[in-house]
Amino acid sequence: MALADAGAPAPPPGLEGPDPGRWRRRLTTAAFLAPAIVLLTVWIVYPTIRTIIRSLFGRDGSEWVGLGNYETLFTTDTLVTAIRNNAIWVAVVPALVAAIGMVFAVLTERISWKVAFRTAVFMPMAISMFAAGVIWHIMDEKDPERGAVNAAIGAIKDVFGSSGVLSRGQPSSDALTGSVRDGFVLRATVRPGDGALLGLTAIPPAEVPADAEQAVAPEPAAGEIVGVVWRDFRPGGGEPGVVEPGELGIPGATVELRDAAGEVVATTRTGADGGFAFADVADGGYRVAIGSKTFAAPFEGISWLGPDLITPSVMIAYIWVWAGFAMVVIAAGLSAIPRDVLEAARTDGATEWQVFRRVTVPLLAPVLSVVFVTMIINVLKVFDIVLSVAPGSSQDDANVIALAMWRTSFSGVNDFGLGSAIAVLLFVLVIPALALNIRRFKREES
Amino acid sequence: MNLPALRRLLLALLAGAALVAAAGCGDDDDDGGATGTATGGATQAAEPSDVSGTVSMVGIWTGDEQKSFQAVLDGFKERYPDVTVNYNPAGDNTPTVLSTAVEGGNPPDLATIAQPGLIRQFAQQGALQPLTFAREEIEANFPKDIVDLGTIDGELYSFVFKAANKSTVWFNVQAFEDAGVESPETWEELVSAADTIKSSGLPAYSIAGADGWTLTDLFENIYLRQAGPEKYDQLTDHEIPWTDQSVKDALTTMAQVIGDSDNIVGGTSGALETDFPTSVTNVLSENPRGAMVIEGDFVPGVVTTDLEPGADYDVFAFPSIAGSGPTVVGGGDSVVMFKDTPAGQALVQYLASAEAAEIWASRGGFSSANTQLSPDAYSDDLTRTTATAIAEAETFRFDMSDLAPAAFGGTPGQGEWKILQDFLADPAKVDQTAQKLERSAARAYRDRE
Repeated sequence: MALADAGAPAPPPGLEGPDPGRWRRRLTTAAFLAPAIVLLTVWIVYPTIRTIIRSLFGRDGSEWVGLGNYETLFTTDTLVTAIRNNAIWVAVVPALVAAIGMVFAVLTERISWKVAFRTAVFMPMAISMFAAGVIWHIMDEKDPERGAVNAAIGAIKDVFGSSGVLSRGQPSSDALTGSVRDGFVLRATVRPGDGALLGLTAIPPAEVPADAEQAVAPEPAAGEIVGVVWRDFRPGGGEPGVVEPGELGIPGATVELRDAAGEVVATTRTGADGGFAFADVADGGYRVAIGSKTFAAPFEGISWLGPDLITPSVMIAYIWVWAGFAMVVIAAGLSAIPRDVLEAARTDGATEWQVFRRVTVPLLAPVLSVVFVTMIINVLKVFDIVLSVAPGSSQDDANVIALAMWRTSFSGVNDFGLGSAIAVLLFVLVIPALALNIRRFKREES
Repeated sequence: MNLPALRRLLLALLAGAALVAAAGCGDDDDDGGATGTATGGATQAAEPSDVSGTVSMVGIWTGDEQKSFQAVLDGFKERYPDVTVNYNPAGDNTPTVLSTAVEGGNPPDLATIAQPGLIRQFAQQGALQPLTFAREEIEANFPKDIVDLGTIDGELYSFVFKAANKSTVWFNVQAFEDAGVESPETWEELVSAADTIKSSGLPAYSIAGADGWTLTDLFENIYLRQAGPEKYDQLTDHEIPWTDQSVKDALTTMAQVIGDSDNIVGGTSGALETDFPTSVTNVLSENPRGAMVIEGDFVPGVVTTDLEPGADYDVFAFPSIAGSGPTVVGGGDSVVMFKDTPAGQALVQYLASAEAAEIWASRGGFSSANTQLSPDAYSDDLTRTTATAIAEAETFRFDMSDLAPAAFGGTPGQGEWKILQDFLADPAKVDQTAQKLERSAARAYRDRE
């Protein structure tokens, strides 16, 4: 404003200098540029320079550390993880977003309800990244009763899964060994005329079949192997390995008789009191086992938010949001492709795939590069969705540069020196993508 | 324009903006401050009828808590009709609001602060007035550990008005009945009860591993009981390293709870993704997924449940380890004084009395460390159990991680929170965990210097 006022009372033409209009023009130019320059300086230039300078100082800003912060940056585990994760993001996400966007755009081109479909795919763009992250965090929870993703997988598994009377169980004493998957085997060798006690614990009371009756200790008979499978627990614990009043038999459990080589020679099922009997058994030593068919281990859920899968999980959420953007941009590009070129290719006998590969994609190249470059810049800066999808326990594993910068500078650590160094690194990484973008702008203008 | 000149211009602009902002703030505070000083010259006698003036107070209590505190202040008004208390709730922003006000030279007369570190900082700046005038009353009404907590360099600066008990274990009554176990009183009883519960078919522990602070609370409860208050204080000030044998012993004890993946809801990996409200829902529900959750007196407040307090879910004190007496790890909102006025003094004395505590206690959602407060004042049985434990504790210590530098004890995903989460993932790594804790602590405490 001040500059503009100064420009107003200019000397009348012809009285001063060779070209009095020159100064007037310069002042006008300056007046128009001033607001932009001031804003750019205050919000872009000064903070950038200040951040670079700050990154050379220590935590409280008074101690000069030179490149010390950068050294820390490349030697601290979680920060190296952040850099590595960002590299994975750049390598995977822009390509996937562009590819998925392309597939949606091409496929929806010819369907009649494409507007509805495209609206649905584009919808996530209307949600804030943080909210999208919260949604995916909830959907990705491990417990199938809470996380929708695991619930869906569990439902599919249940269709093909086995059915057993129990979901889990553990040996009540050292007499049994094994696991739910392989069945539980009695350690001791059993001979005809012996009794077998197969006690299980860790069975929720609600899971004991409704027709279960009080377990009864087996009464051995010659030529037979008899035994009982029961829930070896009563309030307070009870004595492991002993059938006591109040302990119920487990009906419907599969019991296997295995010979010395481990081959199953006979199977039977337990009765209401958990009792079973193998009649007419030839003499010799046998092992008695609760078969794995007794158990139908419930689906416990995939740990989407755990350290191993957290980065792919966040990426899926991110792609879900951005695929719609890519689809819309590419669809716009598609509709701008001259139809006659496609028709000409088809007339010349090209298959649809050839048309797509040799005509559509090359013509779309400028649009695809816009999507790509935009996504690379976005992905380098990715922050809020990582923060909201990843629980605190796996944020180190999901770490990306922008999140590392925030966590180092603001969330309690307050190390602005190191935080600035991370910011500078991020800035340096974004520059090539920005340069590409600017070059493209210039090319389009010329 | 060269760079230094540009920089000067920018700084000048910023300074101008800051001045305007500061002037704005100053105006607000001036009213409270002026009236405060006006009463400053009044007589020192604390007879109710003589005291008059205005007391400005900034506190963290908002919403329902603010209403309850207003009821407490109404009780004060009855006794001192000529004193007006202006209470301004600042919520979680209290530290920022107070720091700014102190920096600007215009703090409120009184304030409540939840962070002992901030109180210490203010006291060392000379911003706080000692509560010497109320020392006798506070010493008579509060346990020695609470008085010690408020004492800095020999002067009493604060006392805990609203306390929190983090040494409680909440359990599902039906789950305990199914397993036939009673509330354990010692650590050995807890471990054996947990085994029995596991045999009954239900995981004993619901652990909120996604929220690192629940793990630090568990560690602190074990450490204070096993290593004793002296070591606890030393570790709090980082006078002994985290590689000390006492830390390793406490971690080993902690592994008895978190070490058996089969006895934790969702197993270890599930626990690491369980946030605190979920860990409570796991226990406080019709079909519990776990039998107990080890956390503070605020547990029932975080979820809505159909269960009946006392009948369907209940609470017991964190068990004693190796014969330790009644011990509480807790937190609390302390009252401090920035300006010494007769009206302010009267309010401090009132807040330190059992009478003030009783008003809020009867309204619920409040625990007091005041030993003179009758247990009957609390409106329900569970609060009575958790609240009286604070006043009756032989040893009371403030939550250690809240006293540590935030980079170590208070930041999600790093420092103690993260390292204990890693320990939950692999409870065999006692030595490595201690070393990692020490490395992180050394750095955070050095930075605080």
